[in-house]
Amino acid sequence: MASKLRGIKLKSRKTTEGMHSVKMPAPKTVTIPMSMHIGKPVTPIVKVGSEVKVGTLIAEDTNNLSSPVYSSVSGKVTKLTDVTISNGNVVQMVVIESDGEMTIDENIKKPEINSKEDLVTAIKNSGMVGLGGAGFPTYAKFTSDKPVETLIINGAECEPYITSDTATMVEKSDDIKTAIETIVKYFNIKEVVLGIEKGSDEAQKKMEEVASAIQGMKVKVLPPIYPQGGEKVLIYHTTGKVVPTGSLPIDVGCVVINCSTMAGIGNFIKTGMPLVERCITVDGASVKEPKIIVAPIGTQLKDVFEFCGGFNEEPFSVLYGGPMMGVAVPDLTAPVLKQTNAILALTEKETAVPKETNCIRCGACVTNCPFGITPPAITKAYKNKDAEAAIKAGAELCMLCGCCSYNCPANRPLVQTNKLAKELVREFKMKEANK
Amino acid sequence: MENKLHISVSPHIHSKRSTQKIMLDVLIALLPATIAGVVIFGITSLAVVAVCVGVAVLSEFLFNVIVKKQQTISDLSAIVTGLLLALNLPANVPLWQAAVGSLFAIIIVKCIFGGIGRNVVNPAITARVFMLVAFSSMTKAAFPLDSTAGATPLALLAEDKNAVSLQDLLLGNVGGAIGETCAVALLIGGIYLLVKKVITWHIPVAFIATTFIFTLAVHEFDFMLALSLVLSGGLILGAFFMATDYVTSPTTPLGKLIFGIGAGLITVLIREWGIYPEGVSFAILIMNILNPYIDSLTARKMFGGAKK
Repeated sequence: MASKLRGIKLKSRKTTEGMHSVKMPAPKTVTIPMSMHIGKPVTPIVKVGSEVKVGTLIAEDTNNLSSPVYSSVSGKVTKLTDVTISNGNVVQMVVIESDGEMTIDENIKKPEINSKEDLVTAIKNSGMVGLGGAGFPTYAKFTSDKPVETLIINGAECEPYITSDTATMVEKSDDIKTAIETIVKYFNIKEVVLGIEKGSDEAQKKMEEVASAIQGMKVKVLPPIYPQGGEKVLIYHTTGKVVPTGSLPIDVGCVVINCSTMAGIGNFIKTGMPLVERCITVDGASVKEPKIIVAPIGTQLKDVFEFCGGFNEEPFSVLYGGPMMGVAVPDLTAPVLKQTNAILALTEKETAVPKETNCIRCGACVTNCPFGITPPAITKAYKNKDAEAAIKAGAELCMLCGCCSYNCPANRPLVQTNKLAKELVREFKMKEANK
Repeated sequence: MENKLHISVSPHIHSKRSTQKIMLDVLIALLPATIAGVVIFGITSLAVVAVCVGVAVLSEFLFNVIVKKQQTISDLSAIVTGLLLALNLPANVPLWQAAVGSLFAIIIVKCIFGGIGRNVVNPAITARVFMLVAFSSMTKAAFPLDSTAGATPLALLAEDKNAVSLQDLLLGNVGGAIGETCAVALLIGGIYLLVKKVITWHIPVAFIATTFIFTLAVHEFDFMLALSLVLSGGLILGAFFMATDYVTSPTTPLGKLIFGIGAGLITVLIREWGIYPEGVSFAILIMNILNPYIDSLTARKMFGGAKK
C-alpha cells in the first residue's frame, strides 16, 4: 500500500468516553419524519387515531433508495403534519402520543433467513440505513451483481465528541457478530475487516474477540486521525484499494457498513425488532450531564436535553452529528432520526464564528485535504457556474469532511461552496443525461 | 417558537488559525533582525522602520476608506509589508523616499490588485526594486556606526575574499540594509517561523542551498568564500521572509523546491554577471511572476484517479 492519506489531528473532546449507554424513558410524544434515508420520502400508512405499538410499521419503503419506518413507542397517532427540515425540504411527520407502556407489537418475530434474497429482504425490513450519519439504505449495498470480496465494518469514530459507535461495539458485540456471520454466510465473503481507531481499548478487545470466532475476519487498528472513518479513506487504509471518483465501493469489491448498523442488523436477525431506537452521544459544553443515551426515534431534542440535566448555559448551536460534518438544527423540537449518532449543544466558545477575509493562498486547504483537492479551484469554478471545471477540480470527489475549512486562516466557506458545486455538477449531469 | 440557535454549514469548529495570527508570528520573527538593525545602524534606522510601517498602515487604511472597502488593517499584513520594506532599506535612506516606497508597496502593488492575497508580486520586494531604479540613494549602502569600511560585503568580497570576517557577517557588523546584515538574528526568526509552522523548510533551504552550491561552483570550490557570500547581502532575509510569502509562492512542497532553486540560480547569475551587486530581490520578483505556472505544474494529484 502506498502512503496513508492525509488527515488532521483533532482534540477528541469525548467527554462520554468509557461511559455505558442509558436507556431513556418513553417520551410523551415522538415526531417521526418520513425521510430518514437519502432516497424519496415514504408515505405513512397510518391515520390520525391509529393505534400503534413499538415496532409497528407506519410507512412502507418505495424502492427508491428508501427505507420503511416503524413506530418507536406504543400509543396513538395524533397528527400527520408537514415540516420543513434542515435541508429546506418539506417532509411529512407522524406524531405519536405515547401511552408510556412501550408495548411491543405482537407481530414482531424472528425473520426466516434461508438465502441471500431472504437476507436482503430482512435487512430492508429492519429499516436499517447508514447509522454513521449518511442514511444510505443498507440493503441497497447488497443488491449489486458484483461479488462482495471484502466486508468492511466502520468502527473508526473519528469525529470529536462522538462515542456511540464505540459504546455499541462494547455493548452489542454479540449482535455485530450475528450480523457478520449471517452476511458472510449468504454472500460467501472471504474477508472481513473492522477498522477501529487506536485508543478505544475496550471496544477493540471486544471486536478482536468477535474476529477470533469468525474465519477471515481481522481488526485493523488505525491512527486516530480525522477523517479516518470516511468511506473511501477507510477502504484505502484497510485494504489499500482506491475507489475511483464516481464509482461505488462495490466496484472494487468492497461493502462498508457502520458498526452500529451491523449491531442493528444483528438484533433484527435475532429478534425481528426493526430500527426503533438509537444509541446517541449527547455532549457539548452546554449540556449539564453529557451521556450516551438510547432514545426512541422521533424523540424531540428538548426531551433528550431534559433527560441529560438540561443546559449549563443556553447553547449557541445544536447539531445532529459531529462538529466536523454535523448539521445544525434550527430549534429543539427537531426529532432524533435514524441516522443521528450524536446530539451536541455547543457554546459560542466551542464553535467557530468565522469572519471571512481574502484568501491568502497559504495552501492549508490543499495540504490538509485527504484527497488532494484544491478547494479554491472548486470555488472559482462554482463562481463561474462552470460545472465542467468543477468536475475537473474534484467537486465530486470531495466528501465534505471539512479539513479545508477547519484549517483555513482566512475562514473561507470552502465546504459550503464545495456543497454548492456538487449540486451544480449534479444538475449539469442530469441535464447532460437528458440531452 | 424559540429560534435563537445559530445555523451554519459544517465544520462547526475551527483550528483557530487566522491570517492575523500568522502575520503576528511573522512580526515576532522579524523582531530580532529589527532590533539588531537598530543596534548596528543606530537610531536613524528606527525612524525608517517607523515611517515605512506608519505609511503602509495609513495608506491601506485610507485606500479602504476611499474605495469604500471593508477595513483590512487589523489583519496586520500592512505592518508586515512596511517592516519588511524598512528592513530592506539602508539606514541613511531619506525618509521621504522610504515613505514613497511604502506607499508604492501598499497602493500600487497590493491594494489596486484587490488587497491581501490578490497581489501578483511581493509588495515589499517590488517596492525595493522600484526604489532601486528610482532613487540613487539606494545604491549607497549604510554602514555600521563603528565601522570604517566603505563598501558592502558583496562588493568587498569581490575585491578581496578575506576582506570580511565570518564573525562580522554572522553578527551583521557590515554594510547593507537595516535588517539584512545580522544572519544570526534572521536565522532565529526563520527558525521561529518553522517551529510555528508558518512556513515550511522547502523554499529557504532550496534557495540558500542553491545559492551556496552555485556560488561554490563559480568560485572554484572555495568553501569559505561561498559561505561568506551566502551570508552577505539580502539572501537570508529574502529566503526566510520574502520568498516564503504565501500569496506569491507555490503551495506544494515540489513547487516550493522549484521556486527556491530558481530564485537561488537567478540570485547568483545577477550577483556574478549582472550590473547590480545584489540579486535576491530581482530573483524573488522573477520567481513571483513564474509562480502561477509552477503552481499549476506541481498541483497535488487527486485521490481516486481524477484523470490528468
